Amino acid sequence: MAEHTTEKVPTVVADRVDIVYRVNGTGAGRGSATAALNRILRRGQAEKAAGVRRVHAVKKVSFVAYKGEAIGLIGTNGSGKSTLLKAVAGLLPVESGHIHTDGQPSLLGVNAALMNDLTGERNVYLGGLAMGMSREQIKERYQDIVDFSGINEKGDFITLPMRTYSSGMAARLRFSIAAAKDHDVLLIDEALATGDRSFQRRSEERIRELRKRAGTVFLVSHNNKSIRDTCERVLWLERGELRMDGPTEEVMKEYEAFTGERKPAAKA
Amino acid sequence: MSQVLDTPPPTRAPADGDLAALAARHGLSVSGARPSLPQYVRQLWARRHFISAFATAKLTAQYSQAKLGQVWQVMTPLLNAAVYYFIFGVLLGTKQNVADYVPFLVTGIFVWTFTQSSIMAGTRAISGNLGLVRALHFPRAALPISFALQQLQQLLFSMCALAVILLCFGVPVAASWLLAVPALVLQFTFNAGVSMIMARLGAKTPDIAQLMPFVLRTWMYVSGVMWSIDKIAEHDDLPRLVTVLLQINPAAVYIDLMRFALIDSFQAHQLPPHVWAAAVGWALLAGVGGFIYFWKAEETYGRG
Repeated sequence: MAEHTTEKVPTVVADRVDIVYRVNGTGAGRGSATAALNRILRRGQAEKAAGVRRVHAVKKVSFVAYKGEAIGLIGTNGSGKSTLLKAVAGLLPVESGHIHTDGQPSLLGVNAALMNDLTGERNVYLGGLAMGMSREQIKERYQDIVDFSGINEKGDFITLPMRTYSSGMAARLRFSIAAAKDHDVLLIDEALATGDRSFQRRSEERIRELRKRAGTVFLVSHNNKSIRDTCERVLWLERGELRMDGPTEEVMKEYEAFTGERKPAAKA
Repeated sequence: MSQVLDTPPPTRAPADGDLAALAARHGLSVSGARPSLPQYVRQLWARRHFISAFATAKLTAQYSQAKLGQVWQVMTPLLNAAVYYFIFGVLLGTKQNVADYVPFLVTGIFVWTFTQSSIMAGTRAISGNLGLVRALHFPRAALPISFALQQLQQLLFSMCALAVILLCFGVPVAASWLLAVPALVLQFTFNAGVSMIMARLGAKTPDIAQLMPFVLRTWMYVSGVMWSIDKIAEHDDLPRLVTVLLQINPAAVYIDLMRFALIDSFQAHQLPPHVWAAAVGWALLAGVGGFIYFWKAEETYGRG
């Protein structure tokens, strides 16, 4: 589907990408002490004999993403969507092939950098710094982040430790922090499923906004509606292979027929 | 839902080199490649605020559930010192040989704890923070350095407690206390360097974290935390090599430097020979060597 016109600027080029996981502790013995010992002693030997299993998660996937595009990634569970995103972000090695990117693609998510024992306020700073923002940038956007998360709508919650938040509140704050930075290439893994309806609507708006600032957005989701609402192009992965790549409606139609959930003209 | 899948239609495979050429034309870079050493240093410098904020956050979060809160920052080292004093000072009576035994012991324990906790935290810096490493992009050296910095902040709290102890035991305030600053800077560099080495080893083989407490305990007992190395060195029955090894031991070097700085009865002749040279040498060797060793595996952290 990649038209090579001169106006379009590619931001991500995946060139016949293969991704293979190696899992220790399978096969004979199932992670028992003898199997572990066996693995250490027979390191140089065939992986299979040493109880290492190879999982071929993504197979020969090629695509080109352009500036300003929002691309949905769909597929049934375990089809390699999240794995592909991680590889695009440079967090997983590719077995063969190459992924070229413009700047540093970032996976939307700061969960890991945040600490439950600290106040929401300090977590905004910590998360922002972890994403590579400067203190001044965070200070500038602090009010926006808090307002967007809606944490303070029901009282002064931002000065309380995050462990006191409800799971919905925490998820909203995390999304707000993560979406505060302008990313060249933004990768989102099912993030829209969090929060109440009004927050979901705001998140979708925010993603459209991020896109306008000349970035590329990848969205992994099982929610066909949010894919339709946010993306104009869809990659369909099945068993690690790229099954279809095209305009949203075209691909979604095929996909829904495939998963058997197609309800004619059902607009939720 | 079970789905039987036909072989997917082959995707339009682009001609060889086509995509690579397109990427090259637009100046795209390969995702997840290791930056050059100068680039890496620049990236790390750009994240300096994250390093300090992460260290402070960890330190604050530590006691946030406790009723006494941050008071434990000072209480924990004091209790630690009390236990060692009871065992080595009262029960075993090591104090007969050393003047100002309590300040001597407490200084040793605090300085040693700084190195010990930095190395322990460094060993788990990558393997214990895989979630962070797998979710966000930053130079990974930020983690072990941040943990070493957290321990330095912890030590500064301990030093406040130490100052009180010193004054209580009649050690006078002296200009030599200022020597503690360069000693700490050198020790921090050494600790951060060793942390980075251990972080790489621990990332590849997490089992090392189980082994480290034993290694560190052995190291502590030979580092003259509870006894004076120069008293041992006076004995003629020890082989020369053992004496030299005891004196060149980096932990012993930093501990004795701090004692020399803070305690007036700890005289210059009790220091190991060429002590400042050894302190600088160890700091440079571990700091620079550890950093390069860690950087060499930068792209592999958090994988597999």
